[in-house]
Amino acid sequence: MKTDQTKTKLRIEQLSKTFNNEVNALQNVSLEVETKEVVVIVGPSGSGKSTLLRSINALEIPDSGSIYLGDELIHMDPKHIRLVRERIGMVFQQFNLFPHLTALQNIILAPTRVKHIRKSQAEERAHDLLRTVGLTDKAKSYPGQLSGGQKQRIAIARALAMDPEVMLFDEPTSALDPEMIKEVLDVMVHLAKNEGMTMIVVSHEMGFARAAADRVIFMDKGQIIETAPPQELFNNPKEERTKRFLNHIL
Amino acid sequence: MASLGDLKPSKKIVPFVNESTLVPVKSNKQILWAWRISLCCALALIVLLPILSPDPYARILRVLPDGILNTFLVTICSMALALIIGVLTGLGQITTFTPVRILCTTYVEIVRGIPLLIQLFYIYYALGKFVALPAMISAIIAMAVCYGAYISEIFRSGMQSIPKGQMEASMALGLSRSQSIIYVILPQTFRIVLPPIGNEFIALLKDSSLVSILAISDLSRRGREFAAATFTHFETYTMIALIYLAITLVMSKGVAYFEERTNYYEN
Ligand SMILES: Nc1ncnc2c1ncn2[C@@H]1O[C@H](COP(=O)(O)OP(=O)(O)O)[C@@H](O)[C@H]1O
Ligand SMILES: [Mg+2]
Repeated sequence: MKTDQTKTKLRIEQLSKTFNNEVNALQNVSLEVETKEVVVIVGPSGSGKSTLLRSINALEIPDSGSIYLGDELIHMDPKHIRLVRERIGMVFQQFNLFPHLTALQNIILAPTRVKHIRKSQAEERAHDLLRTVGLTDKAKSYPGQLSGGQKQRIAIARALAMDPEVMLFDEPTSALDPEMIKEVLDVMVHLAKNEGMTMIVVSHEMGFARAAADRVIFMDKGQIIETAPPQELFNNPKEERTKRFLNHIL
Repeated sequence: MASLGDLKPSKKIVPFVNESTLVPVKSNKQILWAWRISLCCALALIVLLPILSPDPYARILRVLPDGILNTFLVTICSMALALIIGVLTGLGQITTFTPVRILCTTYVEIVRGIPLLIQLFYIYYALGKFVALPAMISAIIAMAVCYGAYISEIFRSGMQSIPKGQMEASMALGLSRSQSIIYVILPQTFRIVLPPIGNEFIALLKDSSLVSILAISDLSRRGREFAAATFTHFETYTMIALIYLAITLVMSKGVAYFEERTNYYEN
């Protein structure tokens, strides 16, 4: 599936996180993601999918374990975390667009304030990104004037504006009305297939996983239970827990 | 499935808005009418009484203008200072730096527990023992310190009512915590807190009548002097009450304007 470069983009080693001394959200999770690879994570609610994703860009500070971006160990100090976050894009279930800023202003905020790119240049890039997500006419709209699907596409454009090396998606379509799911998934498939973006996606959209994922990971109770290409994991899961879960959501 | 994403965050998370003053927003017909009627009556009386009965109403009206100016002076200076104190200590209340947080929260607790009148006396007379400040300066400082604490609380709760996802999204983009506060949290907070801050402004104007105790010739003091000299207590205090009323009614319309504008970017 991967052609010439099979370089590791992200390496997670023995990651553990416990909340309030009792909830083991992550237990010794290890995972390697290659450049341009698309990994989909599935698993029941509370299995630690969000915690894993949020640990990667240090929105959650793990108790133990290490994360490498490229060859670089991520140190959990504020300065280094910021540099790492510039290189990792994140898309949230609830979009989290900034409601006081227009779509365009949402997109250029980080490039201008963090990377100090000139405003005109950032805007030019923003318009390109708006074209990528199919919302050229919404540059001046406020988030409150957009549908859920449009908001999420702007949120994707906002993350892409920092030219991230990895994109993290935490249930990007779970808050959407069914008729809007496709427009968001289409953008994500485009990113995976045409732009060769390295992506980790928490989502139960089987269609997306089959269309774009190189690997699907099943998580339960803070652990990775099974990893396989989508066809294999969905059609012939090896683990009993995976089978039960798939029966449950299909 | 109703999409959670369409929840309008922070739209009406402002329970303190209507506490102190009834705000004549368009959506509340009853208060809007009450507001119109009161303002018309107040203005009509302020105009008609001196015409129908020039002695003493016209004479009262003539001694009040510089009192009104002083009232505005105290109110505006105190409010400006209180806003600066309020924003800074409001930020101080949510900082991750513990000593500053404790200091700011303590300030708010102490000041809110002491009557404004006592604070005025304290700064003018008690602290006057060490640094003698002009009455006007003492009054402005006392009012600003007092209202700064209330405004601090409004800012703190306003900032904390911004959904957590805003800060996270901002940090995830690589902005620092302080950049996130400046570009993401504060602009949204200002919109939320404008109406309650407007109400504090009105409350401060009314409370500014207390400074007359420090011999500052504000509206109240001017009136009291005139009444005492002419024995026209009924007429003088009627006129003063009407003037305060007219001013605060106009100000509350301003608050209503901000309240209606606050959410213009949503829909
Ligand atoms: N901030 C938090 N405080 C306490 N417990 C949390 C927190 N975040 C997540 N958890 C707990 O950690 C576990 C994993 O949560 P999460 O990673 O959100 O799971 P998922 O995304 O797979 O639904 C759950 O039991 C959840 O209740
Ligand atoms: Mg989750």
